[in-house]
Amino acid sequence: MKLKNALFAASALVSAATTTAFAEELTIATVNNGDMIRMQGLTDDFTEKTGHTVEWVTLEENVLRQRVTTDISTKGGAFDVMTIGMYETPIWARNGWLVAMDDMSEEWDADDILPAMRGGLSVDGTLYAAPFYGESSMIMYRTDLMEKAGLEMPDAPTWEFVADAARKMTDKENEIYGICLRGKAGWGENMAFLTATSNAFGARWFDENWTAQFDQPAWNETLTFYVNLMNDAGPPGASTNGFNENLSLFQQGKCGMWIDATVAASFVTNPEDSTVADKVGFALAPNTGLGKNSNWLWAWALGIPAGTQKEAAAKEFVEWATSKDYIELVAANEGWANVPPGARTSLYENENYKDVPFAAMTLESIQSADPQNPTVDPVPYIGVQFAAIPEFAGIATEVGQEFSAALAGQQSVDEALEKAQALTTDAMEAAGY
Amino acid sequence: MARAVTNNRKALNTAIAWSIGILIFFPILWTILTSFKTEAQAISDPPVFLFFDWTLENYTVVQERSNYMRFLWNSVVIAGGSTILGLIIAVPAAWSMAFVPSKRTKDILLWMLSTKMLPAVGVLYPIYLIFIKLGILDTRTGLVIVMMLINLPIIVWMLYTYFREIPVEILEASRMDGATLKEEIIHILTPMAVPGIASTMLLNFILAWNEAFWTLNLTAAKAAPLTAFIASYSSPEGLFYAKLSAASTMAIAPILILGWFSQKQLVRGLTFGAVK
Repeated sequence: MKLKNALFAASALVSAATTTAFAEELTIATVNNGDMIRMQGLTDDFTEKTGHTVEWVTLEENVLRQRVTTDISTKGGAFDVMTIGMYETPIWARNGWLVAMDDMSEEWDADDILPAMRGGLSVDGTLYAAPFYGESSMIMYRTDLMEKAGLEMPDAPTWEFVADAARKMTDKENEIYGICLRGKAGWGENMAFLTATSNAFGARWFDENWTAQFDQPAWNETLTFYVNLMNDAGPPGASTNGFNENLSLFQQGKCGMWIDATVAASFVTNPEDSTVADKVGFALAPNTGLGKNSNWLWAWALGIPAGTQKEAAAKEFVEWATSKDYIELVAANEGWANVPPGARTSLYENENYKDVPFAAMTLESIQSADPQNPTVDPVPYIGVQFAAIPEFAGIATEVGQEFSAALAGQQSVDEALEKAQALTTDAMEAAGY
Repeated sequence: MARAVTNNRKALNTAIAWSIGILIFFPILWTILTSFKTEAQAISDPPVFLFFDWTLENYTVVQERSNYMRFLWNSVVIAGGSTILGLIIAVPAAWSMAFVPSKRTKDILLWMLSTKMLPAVGVLYPIYLIFIKLGILDTRTGLVIVMMLINLPIIVWMLYTYFREIPVEILEASRMDGATLKEEIIHILTPMAVPGIASTMLLNFILAWNEAFWTLNLTAAKAAPLTAFIASYSSPEGLFYAKLSAASTMAIAPILILGWFSQKQLVRGLTFGAVK
């Protein structure tokens, strides 16, 4: 008996020592979004399975972007896993800053990742960040107001229909505005929406020689249409409205339609926060018949900085957080409506998920966006609502300010486009394009 | 009659002062009120002021999600450490500039202040690289040093101004009595400048507490202070204003309480030498 006990104790010690030797503490940088917060709450499951512990650094999106960019570009090593987007991934991968995700386990099933997501997070066919969740944009509209206007929303409406419906739904005396769109300046704010919209109008940021295209008729048509529509049917002060401002307006029943991120669907249909939760319909982002819709494509993905001392443990985490099992884990704890959407094909084949009201439209929106061929005419860049080059964020934020000023009535559309063309040309020449 | 006019003017002045005070305090009050609302009430239009169902739910959620005490402790160590270290360096520096000025003292003072004119982001990369090399990234030690360096010009300037108000004859008398330089600074100068030193200390503590550029950029998980705690509740996609307000209230509460209890000292120090 004594021998048995001694052996048992010895084996326990060996096991403990082995676990300790391989147990790492990972530092993970992430954003303050609902899906990420849920992931933090479920970290114990990862620790139980692997022995690794996790320290979370949660930051606001813009702060996070600045923070992780500083760290990865200086090889600071402050983070073992970083939450990054579709914009950074190809740029960083080309700089050799990210660990390739080409040796993930078979159970992880890389082929299950939605092709649009995979395309946006890969460089030369190699995946550099694993999508945690993906989103596109779509129309969220008030079914009751649409009915009152005597219209029926098609699944894939044209901009002409949307503009007509918006004007008919508008009742400014009762503070009901036919359409709420982003107007706040920023590359991820109004320029995300306007770049995606311009794709439908046949516009593009650059031609094949990296020449700015704001002096072309398609951009003029896009911006004129947007400014006129917002003046006629948009809420007051729209030039300062972003996602949160429009969400607030929609939840209070002041918007007939809202075109924004698919992730908003879960907010506007939540009866606890939204006064119109049971009167919301969904449709694809509008088109103009040229073959491209106005929807964008974005993924929040997990990337591992090259040079991390804990690459193996970091990969274990990425596999855990982006696996099919993780989706099951969230579903069991929080329900199917709260699982991270838009990353895996298998999720949309799951019978349980088909009951979620916005699931089908989210998938359709994601599938209709192609980051490799985002525009009607060919372009030299990857990205639907952005061009994945390091200069884009700075240029687009400045262009966004000009467009926001045009919406606010501080300058004409022509003036805004002229300035956009000049500043983009200058910046691109200075960058050596 | 003259007395009545004075009273009227006093009343007017009081009313204006209160109005300005309330106007300045209103955003803080609104944040505190919002922290007790539900997310739906936080964005309701028209806004609700006092008559809503008060809830502590946001505080519960924030407590569950974040290790508040760790952020708080980091803030205390960083703000306190940098203030003490700054004073240790600044007191002798200000003494020398105030009592034994050279031809270049004014230039040095201006040069020190000029370092505050450089946008912080301009030196982010060099400082980040130095921190990596020294192995002090995401450590409280690193942040104490940086905070001290950032606020040092202000501490020296403030102390210099206070020290200049002290008659040099008193220091000379102590020297006549055989006091050493160390004794002169510790036993004669410092006690006389206590209000000035106290207000400098408090102001520097508040500045270091509120600093949000370096504390966000040079920390990750271990040394992150309350500024990072607030940043973790801000979200561009999702209306979490009530939770953000709860986090903000928790972050500013300690400094508000400190300011409340030390306001006498603070005001006395800030007006030291203003009226002769």
